[in-house]
Amino acid sequence: MIDFNLVPLLPELFLAMAAMGLLIVGVAHGNSVTPVICWACAAALVVASFLLFGMSWEKQIVLNGMFVFDNFAGFMKLLIILGLITTLALSVKYLEQERISRFEYPVLIVLAGIGMMMMVSASNLLALYMGLELQSLSLYVLAAFNRNSLRSAEAGIKYFVLGALSSGMLLFGISLIYGFTGSIDFGVIRGALEGLEAIPFGVTFGLVFILAGLAFKISAVPFHMWTPDVYQGAPTCVTALFAIVPKVAAIGLLMRLLYEPFLPVHDQWMQIIYFVSLGSMVLGAFAAIAQANIKRLLAYSSIGNMGYALIGIVVGTPEGAGAVVLYILIYMVMTAGVFAIVLGMRRDGIAAEDISDLSGLSKTNPIQAYAMAIFMFSMSGIPPLAGFFGKLFIFQAAVSAEFYVLATLGIMTSVVAAYYYLKIIKVMFFDESIEAFDKDIPFARRVVLFVAVAFLLVFVIRPEAIVESAQNAAAVLFT
Amino acid sequence: MIVQAFAFYLFAGILTVSALMVITARNPVHSVLFLVLAFFNAAGLFVMLGAEFIALILVIVYVGAVAVLFLFVVMMLDINFSDMRKGAMQYVPIGMVIGAVLLTELVMLYGTWQFVPGREQNIADPVAAFAGQNNTEALGQLIYTNYIFAFQTAGLILFVAMIGAIVLTHRTRAGVRKQAVSDQQARNPADVLEIQKITPKTGV
Amino acid sequence: MASQDFLIAYLPILIFMAVASVISVAMIAGSLLAGPRKPDAEKLSAYECGFDAFSDARNKFDVRFYLVTLLFIIFDLEIAFLFPWAIALGDIGVFGFWSMMVFLAVLTVGFVYEWKKGGLEWE
Repeated sequence: MIDFNLVPLLPELFLAMAAMGLLIVGVAHGNSVTPVICWACAAALVVASFLLFGMSWEKQIVLNGMFVFDNFAGFMKLLIILGLITTLALSVKYLEQERISRFEYPVLIVLAGIGMMMMVSASNLLALYMGLELQSLSLYVLAAFNRNSLRSAEAGIKYFVLGALSSGMLLFGISLIYGFTGSIDFGVIRGALEGLEAIPFGVTFGLVFILAGLAFKISAVPFHMWTPDVYQGAPTCVTALFAIVPKVAAIGLLMRLLYEPFLPVHDQWMQIIYFVSLGSMVLGAFAAIAQANIKRLLAYSSIGNMGYALIGIVVGTPEGAGAVVLYILIYMVMTAGVFAIVLGMRRDGIAAEDISDLSGLSKTNPIQAYAMAIFMFSMSGIPPLAGFFGKLFIFQAAVSAEFYVLATLGIMTSVVAAYYYLKIIKVMFFDESIEAFDKDIPFARRVVLFVAVAFLLVFVIRPEAIVESAQNAAAVLFT
Repeated sequence: MIVQAFAFYLFAGILTVSALMVITARNPVHSVLFLVLAFFNAAGLFVMLGAEFIALILVIVYVGAVAVLFLFVVMMLDINFSDMRKGAMQYVPIGMVIGAVLLTELVMLYGTWQFVPGREQNIADPVAAFAGQNNTEALGQLIYTNYIFAFQTAGLILFVAMIGAIVLTHRTRAGVRKQAVSDQQARNPADVLEIQKITPKTGV
Repeated sequence: MASQDFLIAYLPILIFMAVASVISVAMIAGSLLAGPRKPDAEKLSAYECGFDAFSDARNKFDVRFYLVTLLFIIFDLEIAFLFPWAIALGDIGVFGFWSMMVFLAVLTVGFVYEWKKGGLEWE
């Protein structure tokens, strides 16, 4: 019999039941109750986070080695839940404005969230795949959620086809790993690989395919092509979700996978991640310059940011891992703030998505303009904002592990990236002002904006607590 | 043994050829039918590996349902397929390159065939553990207990698939009048019927 | 490769398939060899009450067919999980029983959703 202990799964179980219950409530009352369902889903996520806090964060592996809960999983799950709540808060009003307010939306977000939480808790390649598919399937549907819009449908189908291809590669890699090591359990794989003199080719190939599949999910070069189109085509609130949350889960999954079963073959995957990281940074910095649509710009920006996060993974030290967790946390806050503004870009009820639409925002809506300026400064890594520290810790980790080239290139590309971040500030503050955006900014969006700005500004004063908990979370992977 | 080898090469050969036909056939409906043939032969290969359950599920689910779905999709799209193919030739070279890379990888893999030492101890061999039981029975012993986590997640994935199918394709049509059986049954003749006596030549 | 005894159980199917393919090939080849052949363009043209065909015979299907098949596939997969469960139920006991009940409960929730939403109704 298996060790059937469901306590570490409590948040997931609760969310699954909440999602099903709310779906039935929704279908009984129709689309008019969508805002209620949204807030109920957010409340369920809050309860799930309390459940997380109430649990023991000691490492436990349950359900026949499928599911692991430890400090790292707990921390990443908190980030995921926080991101999902933020997205739900940002979405409610937007859904109504775009007339796609359907009650399935929040339910699908919660189901995707369950998948993400399973991803960071996977302790077995099978569990990893199941979590990833649960997440991806929900996200495919969400990308095409505005089914009357051609662009949204295109985003959905592109995301689906490429996502299915990447899942295929992932599965092929998993089967190679299983064939050559004889197991899909993280612990057993690590045991099999430890102390090997020559790594079998099959394992290396399997690893390559798994990494290719996961690179799709975090939209890292050379598997990034879907990102700009999907970001642009999907409804903006879904784009916000894509930018904020799945990255956290996929990076968490990648970290657990590379640091737990595959740490003995660090030399093999280090080269792959090295080039993926390099490519993402360079492409993210240069391709974004030519963009006129702000959603596409943010897509390239997210590609670049994944490149920086991967530097921390390449390093392969607890210090680097801690820097990645911190970087992802800060990136999440910045992106949430930016989308709080982008979702409010509407004139006469029609969404405006171009960078030029922000012209002269400092005169028509100074609060938003200053908030956006803070986000942009933070994204380009200007001290003393939080974004600076995110990059600083990453580069520090890279330098102390003697990855000088990567660190130097990272700094250079962030200078290039600063160009387009600063360009947005220039457009907002120095261009001729055009018609103001619609005024009805919902309360929830203001709160998200305020919290994000406050976090970025205040981080410099008391960073210790957050930095320490990020490092503690990542350190678990190396014990 | 000869029969086995013969059957293997037969299935594998037809599988490869029909897979090739799936992507080269002019008529998309033919593509789908070749896909069905490919599924059948794959099922044959699974049987030869001793995986009866997978083989039959392949026939039931893929041939029975997925292929039908593909046929619907092919017929539902109002696309001129010959127009769609026009640009396809320009991607052949890059496709060949990717295919060549994959083939080289497989050849290298085969050339340096080497397992991780101790692989035999790592393998959880369900067939050995359940000797004397058939394949489906052995799977039944494992799926619902040892792999309950993956099993329930599969349930959730199917649940998401249901929601997704409805969200993306279901439309309510306006002005549709449905038969409401309960309303019909609940109707009371006294409420709706009125019997009038009509005297001739006077009208109602 | 599986054991000899196991594969022998499948031998009749192989023979059946061989016979079936021989017969069908023989029929096609026979009619090719023996049948009279007088090709004519008119024989291949569509016949529509004496007129030329007005439109293509291939119509677009309604998207509802697609929905029905999709839902069918989902339940088909659900049933696929029932077979091994039914066979092994005696050994996996109460735990296995409830494991499947939870699985079915999840899908029943989906089914209720579908029904209430009107996904199963044709018109």
